[in-house]
Amino acid sequence: MQPQSTNSVADPVLALVECREIVKQYPGVLALDHVDFQLRGGEVHVLFGENGAGKSTLISLLAGAQEPTSGQILVRGEPVQLGSVHRARQLGISAVFQEFSLVPQLTVEENLFLGAEPRRRGFLDAKALRREAKAILARLGFALDPAQTVQHLPRAEQQMVEIAKAFRTQPSVLILDEPTASLTQSEAEQLFALIKVITAQGVGVIYITHRMSEIRRVGDRVTVLRDGHVVATLDAKATSDSRLVELMTGRVITEIYPVVPHAPKETVLEVDHLTSVSSSVRGASINVRAGEIVGIAGLIGSGKSELARTCFGLERTSSGTVRLCGEDVTGLSSQAMLRKGFFYLPPDRREEGLMTMRSCRENIALSAIARKPIRRGPFLSVDQEQELVRRLIDRVNLQPARPERDVGHFSGGNQQKVLLAKSLAHPVRLFVFDEPTVGVDVATRAAIYRFIAELCAEGAAILLISSDLPEVLHMSHRLYVMYRGRIQAEFSGDDISEQNVLSYFFEREAA
Amino acid sequence: MNQVAELPPTTATRAVRLTQRLFVRMGVLPFLLLVAVIVFTAISDHFLSTQNLINVVRQSVYLTIVSLAQMLALLTGGFDLSVGTIVALTSVVGAAAMAAVSAASPDSVWLAITLGCLAGIVAGTLVGVTNGVGVAVFNVSPFMMTLGIASVGFGIALYMTGGVPVYGMPPEFGRVFGFGRVAGVPVPVIVAILIAALTWVLVNRTALGRYFYAVGGNVKAAHLSGISTRWTLFITYTLCGLLSAVCGMLLTARLETGEANIGASMPLESIAACVIGGVSLRGGVGRVGNVVLGALFIGLVQNGMNLAKIESYLQTVVLGSLLILAVIADQLRLRLIASMRD
Repeated sequence: MQPQSTNSVADPVLALVECREIVKQYPGVLALDHVDFQLRGGEVHVLFGENGAGKSTLISLLAGAQEPTSGQILVRGEPVQLGSVHRARQLGISAVFQEFSLVPQLTVEENLFLGAEPRRRGFLDAKALRREAKAILARLGFALDPAQTVQHLPRAEQQMVEIAKAFRTQPSVLILDEPTASLTQSEAEQLFALIKVITAQGVGVIYITHRMSEIRRVGDRVTVLRDGHVVATLDAKATSDSRLVELMTGRVITEIYPVVPHAPKETVLEVDHLTSVSSSVRGASINVRAGEIVGIAGLIGSGKSELARTCFGLERTSSGTVRLCGEDVTGLSSQAMLRKGFFYLPPDRREEGLMTMRSCRENIALSAIARKPIRRGPFLSVDQEQELVRRLIDRVNLQPARPERDVGHFSGGNQQKVLLAKSLAHPVRLFVFDEPTVGVDVATRAAIYRFIAELCAEGAAILLISSDLPEVLHMSHRLYVMYRGRIQAEFSGDDISEQNVLSYFFEREAA
Repeated sequence: MNQVAELPPTTATRAVRLTQRLFVRMGVLPFLLLVAVIVFTAISDHFLSTQNLINVVRQSVYLTIVSLAQMLALLTGGFDLSVGTIVALTSVVGAAAMAAVSAASPDSVWLAITLGCLAGIVAGTLVGVTNGVGVAVFNVSPFMMTLGIASVGFGIALYMTGGVPVYGMPPEFGRVFGFGRVAGVPVPVIVAILIAALTWVLVNRTALGRYFYAVGGNVKAAHLSGISTRWTLFITYTLCGLLSAVCGMLLTARLETGEANIGASMPLESIAACVIGGVSLRGGVGRVGNVVLGALFIGLVQNGMNLAKIESYLQTVVLGSLLILAVIADQLRLRLIASMRD
């Protein structure tokens, strides 16, 4: 090791990256207000805060995607101007953002080396490309085929490609923005192991997450942001969940999972030996009754989302039946399903859920304008529409309650609330929530759970599909576990435990 | 959240901020309009005269109607390159039918006009229906479908006429629908105002209109909200054909002949009018009022260039550049909006 006086990466005292008095001013909004932040070599520094607290702004400044309004960024003690992502990379700062930077039509290896393709005498060297791509994937322990086209990969695997891409340049600072949001438990474990390896080599990691268990699991220090201010920087291992939530929200949230009384009535959804044409679902049978929350757990790609999408008419059925309130609705279009009171909340709100450039009002009322009272003869009643939207915004507690604002200008949590409000715009008997809390902060998460609980108490049938294990464990009255398109197990009441459920997540020997 | 660390704003920064806000809200149009008025007023004394401005409005009628048609296609995230062909085919078919009926029974002038208009508008609308079937049912991209149909329709119009104008319409047709006035207002202007009003009601006050925005805004979300995206797209291109056809008949009345060669500049000019009027090429965003202003602006520029004695060949250079300028401005605007997000 070097003596303390030199600027060595491995020096624990000298910060790898330091922010001094950083201010970022957007028109009308002060996103960061004199933020001080330090990342030491070899540590995992967690950034924690609600949506809109300034986490994303801070990392986009560090990654060179934006420039601060005032303040200084120092890399290894030297003041620097991070004018571009390219410059930041040269300085050893690599970021993995939530929004993917992959070209869907290219293969995994082509994406990994995009802009830095191995060459021989001016031409692309396919062999070297394959070799080096395999080396990176092997080092990370990712089981990906380098020749696979990215667009055909599930989201979790796309995320893995994204992470692998950041590791190509051997960064000294790695920024991970909710890296586990779409990873399964085992993939997340691999990532954690990897983080251990690289931090041991002196790499500093800035880690953003909404999952509290991860903070203690991987974090060394945690910095809590609120409204653009640093509230505190604490020892990640020694700080309790409730303390973190309190710091983050500025108030005490006692319990994020509400208690939902189980009072099942008539069967609403009855699926019998359903198989989809794509074989993503194979012979699955489930039922959901009014007044209960039924969960489906499983790995990504286990067919849990596809099961609901097949029922809803988004994927084609090859055999089996779907009954809604006793009526055979197998293979009907999703339009017909909606009319019969079957609502499906898609997992990817930007991709399938919202028109981001249209107002909150138009988004919420979209499925209700074809019917009375909003439809009056050939025309729309603007009053009725505004009335409906005002009521629903109130119900989901959208803050700020501005129905005319473009949905794209709301934070992720608020966008999810708009999507929930949409589900109430017309009469629904069966709600299917597919990953309802992806990428939302703890306070919104608690609000969404309360919302689901209220629906259930009002007598709706609810199917909750989630890759977030604590979520389905806590919320479900009954829980199905899927593996490779089949229902592996069903639990109810006290049998729903992490241990019981996890043992059915993977292939069982001699099963 | 809203504690803004502000220095006391100077007049200059306040002006910049106001300009930015105006740009974000209204797009590039007010700025272009201002520049055009200043430039052309400086070049020609006649430019700002009432008589000339009325001329501009009258000449812009045709582009306005086609731009409203184009807006419907743009709202759903597509576009229609065949609007010019529809105008031409309508003109040829309408004029031929009118001339034929008029020749068969020279006394019933209004029967000839009615049947002729009907024939022309049905022909134009059928082109729109074909576009609709291609885009909605067979999932052909709007670009390929309307480009192909533009060639097909233009070929049919030329084949029918042999490239020669169609004469023989009753003179009353031109006298009323081309040059007529009601209460001092030219008839084509009245028709355009009516169409603009109806289009406004359609997109703002009916479910179908809302679905145009929804399909262009997020096709998957629209589908999951129970909207028939195919039907919506089909109607979009059919209506686009219908409106363009109405324009075709009005233009025929003005020219007093059926021509296969009119409308060639319509696709470019109508898309330019829409984009300058703030309609997004990605779909889901656009307002009727701004599109009308966009079309008027293009009419104003053409008129100004005529007064300034700029050659017609050079005029197309200016129009093309304006279109590209508008698209670049739209990109800048998106960037500005993105930087204002919280």
